[in-house]
Amino acid sequence: MKKYIFIILSGLLAFSSGCDDEEFLAREPRNILLDEQIWQDETLVLSVLGDLYGRMPDYQSITQWGSYADFDEAFASAFGDYWRHRNTEYGFGEWSYWDYGYIREINLFIQKAEAATELSEADRARFVAEARFIRAGVYFELVKRMGGVPLILEPMTYDFSGDPSYLRHPRAKESEIYDFVISELEAVKSTLPADINTKSRATKGAALAMQARAALYAGSIAKYGQRTPSVSLPGGEVGIPADRAEGYYQTALKAAQEVMTLGYSLYKKKPDLGENFASLFYDKDNNPEAIFVEDYKTKSGKVHNWTIVNQPRYQAEEQEGGRINPSLNLVQSFEKLDNTYAPLPIQDANGNLIHYSDPTDLFAGRDARLWGTVILPGTQFKGKEVDIWAGFMLPNGNVVSSGGFGGRGDVNGDGIEEQVVGFSGPIDNLEFSAQTGFYIRKYMDPQPGSGQRGVQSDVWWIRYRYGEVLLNAAEAAFELGQKDLAAEYMNQVRERAGLIIPLTAADITFDRIVHERKVELAFEGHQLWDMKRWRLAHIVWDGTRMTVNDLLTGIGEAEDPSTMVFGMWPYKFYDGNGDPNQAEWNDWVFKIVLPSQVTNPDRFRLGNYYSEINDGIVNNNPLIVRNPNQ
Amino acid sequence: MKIKVCYILWFALSLGLASCELDNYEAPDSSLKGRIVYNGEPINVGYDQVYFELWEPGWQEKSPINVVVDQDGSFSALLFNANYKLIIPASQGPFISNPNDATQSDTILVNLNGNQTLDIEVTPYYMIRNPQFSVSGRTVSANFGLEKIITDANAKDVERVSLYVNKTYFVDLGNNIAATNINGGDIADMNNISLSVEAPAITPAQNYVFARVGVKISGVEDMIFSPIEKVQIQ
Repeated sequence: MKKYIFIILSGLLAFSSGCDDEEFLAREPRNILLDEQIWQDETLVLSVLGDLYGRMPDYQSITQWGSYADFDEAFASAFGDYWRHRNTEYGFGEWSYWDYGYIREINLFIQKAEAATELSEADRARFVAEARFIRAGVYFELVKRMGGVPLILEPMTYDFSGDPSYLRHPRAKESEIYDFVISELEAVKSTLPADINTKSRATKGAALAMQARAALYAGSIAKYGQRTPSVSLPGGEVGIPADRAEGYYQTALKAAQEVMTLGYSLYKKKPDLGENFASLFYDKDNNPEAIFVEDYKTKSGKVHNWTIVNQPRYQAEEQEGGRINPSLNLVQSFEKLDNTYAPLPIQDANGNLIHYSDPTDLFAGRDARLWGTVILPGTQFKGKEVDIWAGFMLPNGNVVSSGGFGGRGDVNGDGIEEQVVGFSGPIDNLEFSAQTGFYIRKYMDPQPGSGQRGVQSDVWWIRYRYGEVLLNAAEAAFELGQKDLAAEYMNQVRERAGLIIPLTAADITFDRIVHERKVELAFEGHQLWDMKRWRLAHIVWDGTRMTVNDLLTGIGEAEDPSTMVFGMWPYKFYDGNGDPNQAEWNDWVFKIVLPSQVTNPDRFRLGNYYSEINDGIVNNNPLIVRNPNQ
Repeated sequence: MKIKVCYILWFALSLGLASCELDNYEAPDSSLKGRIVYNGEPINVGYDQVYFELWEPGWQEKSPINVVVDQDGSFSALLFNANYKLIIPASQGPFISNPNDATQSDTILVNLNGNQTLDIEVTPYYMIRNPQFSVSGRTVSANFGLEKIITDANAKDVERVSLYVNKTYFVDLGNNIAATNINGGDIADMNNISLSVEAPAITPAQNYVFARVGVKISGVEDMIFSPIEKVQIQ
């Protein structure tokens, strides 16, 4: 009986609320904002735009540390990432990117912003310009990775007719995507504010910097694409005709020169040039060099763990760190102050080890950017010695070391144990130790707490900076035959690094351009794209095994193969006299090592130049042609 | 109550066992084996470097089965019986695919019904002729000739010839303990090329190594090799 009453009651209840269907179903939702509510308030629009900004893609960045170890810049000192040095080739699908959901949302934003009547004209124009800037950036990212892609500029809608084939679009030519990026940025640059203190929103400077970079990429693909004629498609989806190179280079130079008129300048706040270069990346206070950044803020939820995962093991605020170990390949390519290249002098002409009284002496007289990019043995981080040394070396060549951080052993046989290895390693095969003998400095946050999981770091990620604009201008000028101009721009960047002997026009070669970008822009996510556009990737990462001799020759040459990452370990040399713990009884010697986890050379195949468009995408849209050589 | 739980568990178990048969497909059991050959001679390639694709038409989603060619030019794949289209992608291998009459293109139709052996004829740019290996102490020497097979408009130059030595059976560009090269321009006599390289110390010690020579053809990614030879060293 009870059951029946219950059923009847619930039936009544259902009908009672159903009286006014219209009103019931048309209630305003309380958990989301509707379009009409958003598009009348500029702060709400800005938060929608903030979401779009936050999704701009990067391949290598401070939130993607592991990808820095994919090539020859660094070794990955973490158990789960050793595969990066064991693989024999790169998969065709690596670095692929295909995010048309994001593009649709940007297109929707532009469509709605253009129709929004409640906003002031100035706000509305700026929002549209910013969204077009983001969209240009996304297409630039797509064309870098995939070549020409379908150019979709309207939000597409399915009409539920059962036949979605009208939504299929073929790939545009590679040059058409670059042309689109360049013309979009040209169109919006004047609408965007020319304020150099706006860093995390699009500005005129950001638009021009992106335009310069895009035009430079297109120009070099047109020019150096001739090295690899098989990396092209008959429809132009991949490959740009050689005769267009000059036009692109002119666009790049013009855009870069326009950035130079806006008031940006190189960061030169600190007298110590190495320290100055390091703080360029973490100093967010009136930084004149940063043009467009992704910003972070502690206690806001938007923080990153770059410092946690990479801090030197000794001063780590958690039981981790030290994952990126810059390679000796990179370290030795920082040139000497007389503008020449040389391996680090660890042996004299007779093959005897050279003794140094201080480990940093080995690196003296080199490009200051080395200190700002890499944490070297014998230097400090957060006010504390990093303690990178591999053991004691005795006169007979024997080494006393230990397998644990700061491990102890008896060096001189007096029965007393002393510390025989640094608290940061290097210890082969021990994750978080400096397995190449180096740690990374760029973007490391010196703030206390930045290495704690509960706090993390709010150092920003600089996507575009003035130093790169100068190098872009130098490269474009060089390719246009204006070597004087190229030297002038390059010397500005080099002078900031302590290389005060200026390069002359005759010194500017293609190898110089390649080298300068390598050392200035290391760990900023440029390497892969640079190597691709110069068509150097398959030459430098050619899959041959390297010997130490290969490593030490060809420094500064653009085509020098560099397929395996080497390290250099410092040892304290102890000749049996005095107390091994005391610095005055020790010298320093160095040895080149190949980390035992580096088992295979990197091999970049011709099919890696443009990432594979996967079968799912091709099945959905048969108009998509596949990329070459896969 | 206790008994009931027990029944449920038994029931669940039997259901689980039964479902093995219900939702599983038969494993593929027809093998396709063969070699990549030129006039019946196998083409030796690098380890895990060359593959071809098998496409099975008729399905809504199209996705190829990749078959990797072994170092000695052989391949084998376990497949379902079906009509496949075999394609060697243009970028693969130190050779050009031959057109065939059935498709008027380089696509090969493979009607697989049970086990099948298939030698795929291709035209390599070069062939390594008469490779001879010798050892003196720890120095491995190789002598061989190169025959240029493609001499028409598609002909390509030799970028370099290389001798590779490894302690295991995998011997090529990326798998070696010693290697030496001669650039293509420095080759005086294509019929008589000599290379030698010293094998470094091997731990744990072994008194043999594997060696083979390879040719890198300019503009072609995959190298062509001689057969692998096991040689005794001191």
